[in-house]
Amino acid sequence: MSQVLVSIYRYNPEQDSKPRMQSLAVDVPGDRDLMVLDVLELAKAKDPSITYRRSCREGVCGSDGMNINGVNGLACITPLTKAAGPARKLVLRPLPGLPVIRDLVVDLSQFYEQFEKIRPWLINDEPPPPAERLQSPDERAKLDGLYECILCACCTTSCPSFWWNPDKFVGPAGLLQSYRFLADSRDAATAERLAELDDPFSVFRCRGIMNCVSVCPKGLNPTRAIGKIRNMLVERGT
Amino acid sequence: MSGFRQISFDAIIVGGGGAGMRAALQLSQSGFRTAVLSKVFPTRSHTVSAQGGITCAIASADPEDDWRWHMYDTVKGSDYIGDQDAIEYMCMEGPQTVYELEHMGLPFSRTPNGRIYQRPFGGQSKNFGKGGQAARTCAAADRTGHALLHTLYQGNLKNDTVFLNEWYVIDLVVNQDGAVSGVTAINIEDGEVCFVAAAAIVLATGGAGRIYASTTNALINTGDGVAMCLRAGFPVQDMEMWQFHPTGIHGAGTLVTEGCRGEGGYLINKDGERFMERYAPNAKDLAGRDVVARAMVLEVLEGRGCGERGDHVMLKLDHLGVEVLNSKLPGILELSRAFAHVDPIREPIPVVPTCHYMMGGIPTNIHGQALARSAEGEDEAIPGLFAAGEAACVSVHGANRLGGNSLLDLVVFGRAAGKHIDELLQQGMRARQAAPEDVDRALDRLRRLDSSREGESTAALRGELQNIMQLHFGVFRTGEFMREGIAKLEDLKPRIENSHLADKSAAFNTARIEALELENLFAVAEATAIAAEGRDESRGAHARDDFRERDDDNWLCHSLYFPEQRKIGKREVNFRPNVVDTFEPRARTY
Repeated sequence: MSQVLVSIYRYNPEQDSKPRMQSLAVDVPGDRDLMVLDVLELAKAKDPSITYRRSCREGVCGSDGMNINGVNGLACITPLTKAAGPARKLVLRPLPGLPVIRDLVVDLSQFYEQFEKIRPWLINDEPPPPAERLQSPDERAKLDGLYECILCACCTTSCPSFWWNPDKFVGPAGLLQSYRFLADSRDAATAERLAELDDPFSVFRCRGIMNCVSVCPKGLNPTRAIGKIRNMLVERGT
Repeated sequence: MSGFRQISFDAIIVGGGGAGMRAALQLSQSGFRTAVLSKVFPTRSHTVSAQGGITCAIASADPEDDWRWHMYDTVKGSDYIGDQDAIEYMCMEGPQTVYELEHMGLPFSRTPNGRIYQRPFGGQSKNFGKGGQAARTCAAADRTGHALLHTLYQGNLKNDTVFLNEWYVIDLVVNQDGAVSGVTAINIEDGEVCFVAAAAIVLATGGAGRIYASTTNALINTGDGVAMCLRAGFPVQDMEMWQFHPTGIHGAGTLVTEGCRGEGGYLINKDGERFMERYAPNAKDLAGRDVVARAMVLEVLEGRGCGERGDHVMLKLDHLGVEVLNSKLPGILELSRAFAHVDPIREPIPVVPTCHYMMGGIPTNIHGQALARSAEGEDEAIPGLFAAGEAACVSVHGANRLGGNSLLDLVVFGRAAGKHIDELLQQGMRARQAAPEDVDRALDRLRRLDSSREGESTAALRGELQNIMQLHFGVFRTGEFMREGIAKLEDLKPRIENSHLADKSAAFNTARIEALELENLFAVAEATAIAAEGRDESRGAHARDDFRERDDDNWLCHSLYFPEQRKIGKREVNFRPNVVDTFEPRARTY
């Protein structure tokens, strides 16, 4: 056993007039590297009022996005050694820029609204064939790096442009999904999709800061997708 | 508890995984007011973790492929207690169901001619077991569940399904006539308690793998729907049948898809021997999951396990080459690096059989109607109640599920339940009335927790439960040892019934939810334990050291667990498919 010092952002709207940081010493087994989520589960066993979301505990459901020692990431696939460093100190805060419901749980409504705005579903009004629509491996390869998004919001909540304009800038996650449908050979609504994005805010608020790329726990590149949408918008205008 | 709000819909679906969202989609498309109540945002549901694919005979990899061959494999895989009318329906409807998902946008991997890519999976054959290994599992790389779940969520957004996300259902509201009129639920965000009424209530709450200490299942898989039925006094079926997946990552429990072996990976022991050749000379590493899991445990017990403690075996993939691994198994590379600290491109992955899937569940017919037993011992539909997916037991998996059949089960029967409810609503089915005391009864356990003053906390009790199940009801079972386990559960029961919720706050109180989930885990565990002790034979995933043979004279049947008597009974298996001849039970070898 060894000890990790965990500092957790605490806020319960019924009890606290303002948020505070709670420090806890958590005993962790010494023989293997835990993930940050494992440490949180141990902390919650000591203090069951500590609140966070979690589900798959393997980095595919996107529940436990949080700010870990200053960087957004998924608690379940961030190793303790990597996050806490030699000082063995973990600092856990909610994803930045969104209202906090309680402790590490944020209100993701604005994030989901931006996602829904891009009409995240395949649009093709042609009657489908009796079997599948054909798609070549090359056409399908265009979706790699896009469809894998888990909607964890790590990217969007690390984006200063989204912090400024969460109501008008679609944000990296929504735009990555927008491009996922623009790039799909089966989707027939390219023109409409682009028209819906063609304003000063939806796409063009991206300033290429690339925080989204550095934090994405799935290694995806929203900035590149946004660049492609920009190009499509520019070409459309000429 | 009075003053709670009532909300009404035509249909409510409890659970936002694949089965629930497929049922919801069907009803929303027909214009019915449909709500999905999910304790997590829908794309956080456990369907998202399915990797390898969805099995069905779309005849892409093999133009000759036939759904009847898939049916044969599934019946054999079930060790002959899968219902043949349901398996027939699933295998026959499968291709259409998969095409619908593709039309909705599911990003399947593709073959050079543009069709959906299919890979070999365990227990698959051509020509009724006589034509060698088939490749029948439709895949989106090794992220098929993720792709499927997101596609269904997208389809529901498009069709204006109402989502009550982060709402936790407490119990079924059952009226004086035994009909289900709705559910009681908490809005997790603000703690508000509501009565949600509907003409049709679909339980699509998934599995309960968290009854075991070591599981591939998400933390949310706590058997909520099955436990609600048990508390309502409804029977559940085949609860002794739990699948242990051969390849969970040693120590972490994280799933490594069977698709790894489908693509050509294989298991080795400490001597580097490909030991499955001894246990299943034909199918080798692609034998049924129960067969492979038992072989692995025997290797370990006989001293051929790997590692310092000799407690696991290795899955070798490096010979497949970087290109195949990157294109076909990219998610496995990520998971292995994160959770096993190995890079499969160079080293094998340490794996152990890990609790993965609940074959049992709420008995239903092929329309998703939940079934109880009449006084005369006949099936009777429970008015208002439906179930689909892992929570249900229709039963297409019998005693052992084949890989790739769970995604198929949940979309085929989610859709079937949706279609049937659609018809019933068209015919004028209305919500059944509930009296205030009926609703009140469905709030008992919440009230008990909220007034608790002392007792033990959830985390420690849950750990004890999981260890009992792991130790006494694992891959190999014996009567005496299971009876010891049942006695331990009996000791644990009052402690859980008197557990203490220290934090009574309203907003996003996950301690309250976890305490409610613990009661559900216990209910499922108890049903599992009693059913497992009762079935004195070995069949499929249920392997007994004291009854090593399959006993078709006495046990070619489902078990039904009756919660009020805490006893099991028997229910006959369906051997009457509609279009093909019955597949008669035979010795099961691979």
